[in-house]
Amino acid sequence: MQVRSDRGLAFIAWQMLTGDRSKYLGLVLAIAFSTLLMSHQVSIFVGLLDRTRSQIRDVSEARVWVMDPKTRYFDEVRALRSTDLYRVRAVPGVEWAVPLFKGVARVKGPDGIFRNATLLGLDDVSLVGLPRKFLAGDWRALQSPRTIVLDRLGYEFFFPGQPYRTGAELEAGPLIVRVGAVVDSSPPFVNLPIVYARYSEAPDMAGREPRSLSYVLVRPRAGVSDEELAARIAAATGLKALTSDAFGWETIWYYIRNTGIPINFGITISIALLVGALVSGQTFSLFILENMKYLGALKAIGVTSGRIVRMLLLQALIVLAVGYGIGIAVTAAFFYFTRNNLELRGFRLLPEVMLLTGGTVLIVVLLATAISVRRVVVLEPAVVFRG
Amino acid sequence: MREPIVNVQSSAQNGIAVAVRSVWKSFGSGPTRLQVLRGVDLDVRYGQMTYLLGPSGSGKTTLLSIIAGLLRADSGSVTVLGHDLARLRNGEAALFRLRNLGFVFQQFNLIPALTAAENVAVPLLAAGVPRREAVERARALLADLGMGHRADELPSKLSGGEQQRTAFARAMIQSPRLIICDEPTSALDGPTGRRVMELLRKHALSPDRAVLVVTHDFRILEFADTVAEINDGVIVKVTEATGVR
Repeated sequence: MQVRSDRGLAFIAWQMLTGDRSKYLGLVLAIAFSTLLMSHQVSIFVGLLDRTRSQIRDVSEARVWVMDPKTRYFDEVRALRSTDLYRVRAVPGVEWAVPLFKGVARVKGPDGIFRNATLLGLDDVSLVGLPRKFLAGDWRALQSPRTIVLDRLGYEFFFPGQPYRTGAELEAGPLIVRVGAVVDSSPPFVNLPIVYARYSEAPDMAGREPRSLSYVLVRPRAGVSDEELAARIAAATGLKALTSDAFGWETIWYYIRNTGIPINFGITISIALLVGALVSGQTFSLFILENMKYLGALKAIGVTSGRIVRMLLLQALIVLAVGYGIGIAVTAAFFYFTRNNLELRGFRLLPEVMLLTGGTVLIVVLLATAISVRRVVVLEPAVVFRG
Repeated sequence: MREPIVNVQSSAQNGIAVAVRSVWKSFGSGPTRLQVLRGVDLDVRYGQMTYLLGPSGSGKTTLLSIIAGLLRADSGSVTVLGHDLARLRNGEAALFRLRNLGFVFQQFNLIPALTAAENVAVPLLAAGVPRREAVERARALLADLGMGHRADELPSKLSGGEQQRTAFARAMIQSPRLIICDEPTSALDGPTGRRVMELLRKHALSPDRAVLVVTHDFRILEFADTVAEINDGVIVKVTEATGVR
């Protein structure tokens, strides 16, 4: 007679696991808590880093960014000479090249409240860099003088509780400007309002600066790759030229290397991992320890160690699946319900984070199981006779 | 896995279900080495209840574990149901136990999360019998033992006697040819212990079956056919049934 299947043992394993409600809940909640902390913190971490390049990504028309060779990341602006724009335009393979001004404007609202804002001066003709999603008005607003486009965060700061509409006036530096449109731009790393203005007017709003060309935004001709054009521009002008993607990553890496963000999040994630591993590992070990005499009885009756290990693995995987499901569901619910919160918008649970968290929790559970399983494998079934 | 073949004919011919010959067993090594069994010889005959008596530390449990194939002897031979246990690999020994042996443990060892019927069905489930069929067979056996009305209760709801009868049913469910009992009545009152022993005796009376009982309980000696006394790792006396009952 061969043993036909392990279904019966799977049933016993399931009953043993769920029959002890308090331990079962303890195990599930430990995994759920660990999953929640890890997936939530990793999502915030990834979202924060993604925010550092959000304004680069918003300029979807440009494929190559040209900047001063010393520039290390998006917010660190070292102005170029105005002639650099023409030098870039002269490089073979350039379809078009337009200027971008990036500065800071002190913007004052109708009630006298003021706030520093990120000021982006866009090419007067093409308006390259203006977000496409308008909440009020449209792109033609910037055709009028002394007119700005305000992002959602800025609008809700200066006009709290008011519906999105155009026509209101603000002070931007020394100028009185009219809000010609409201756009929904990607959330920036620092939660400052973003003001979009014409390149010719932006420096006046920021206070007169000697040089106004922060970046040159470039589009390659058909048949020329972004990387190839960036290399050509760098070689021809001595300036730094990066594809949008490369500039985005360079910005992200700057924040990783030069801020405490990765360390702080790393500590939180490590604590989550440690707490999850310790709590779930210890609870599972206790669970197995308390069931040792029954497992010993099963061995005595004739269940091999391998089949008992499979029972324990099944129990571990059930706990993992339920705990992970609850943890991920809570994280997803958090980001779903906060999706319209201005401070938290843009943070979301990515499939990659789900996979990473799942993989990590799986390793933790398997390790905890392996440690506990060892006791069962080395358990002499004779122990059951000794009471 | 190679299936162990039980040599029923040859073992039945000589009437011996378990033959233990010159078995030695020690634990530990060096100065902490403990010699538990010192050349034990023992026969357990078919159709009989054989008792193994002895004080604590005399080697009863170790001998029981070796006969059950749960421990390996250092030397000597153990033939159970015509099969040399030393020749069985671990997986084969497990399958051999599953098919041929039934166990009644001192502490019953019923799984708390399973009902009485499910506990009785455990050996069948382990053997791969579908759950519905296994539990139905377990219910029928429990009914035979007068516990049909308690089949769906968890062990925590059963009295000591009911738990022991459930444990006995679990040992019986595969109709094993050898039942090994470790202090089967130590947790029971006198009348309940007697009822359990009557059940075991009924099982042992079959000509191709045997029961081996380790006990301290002199109240149940009357059920024994043979009593082997062990002391300090040696069988010191074997008494046949007529002298005991």
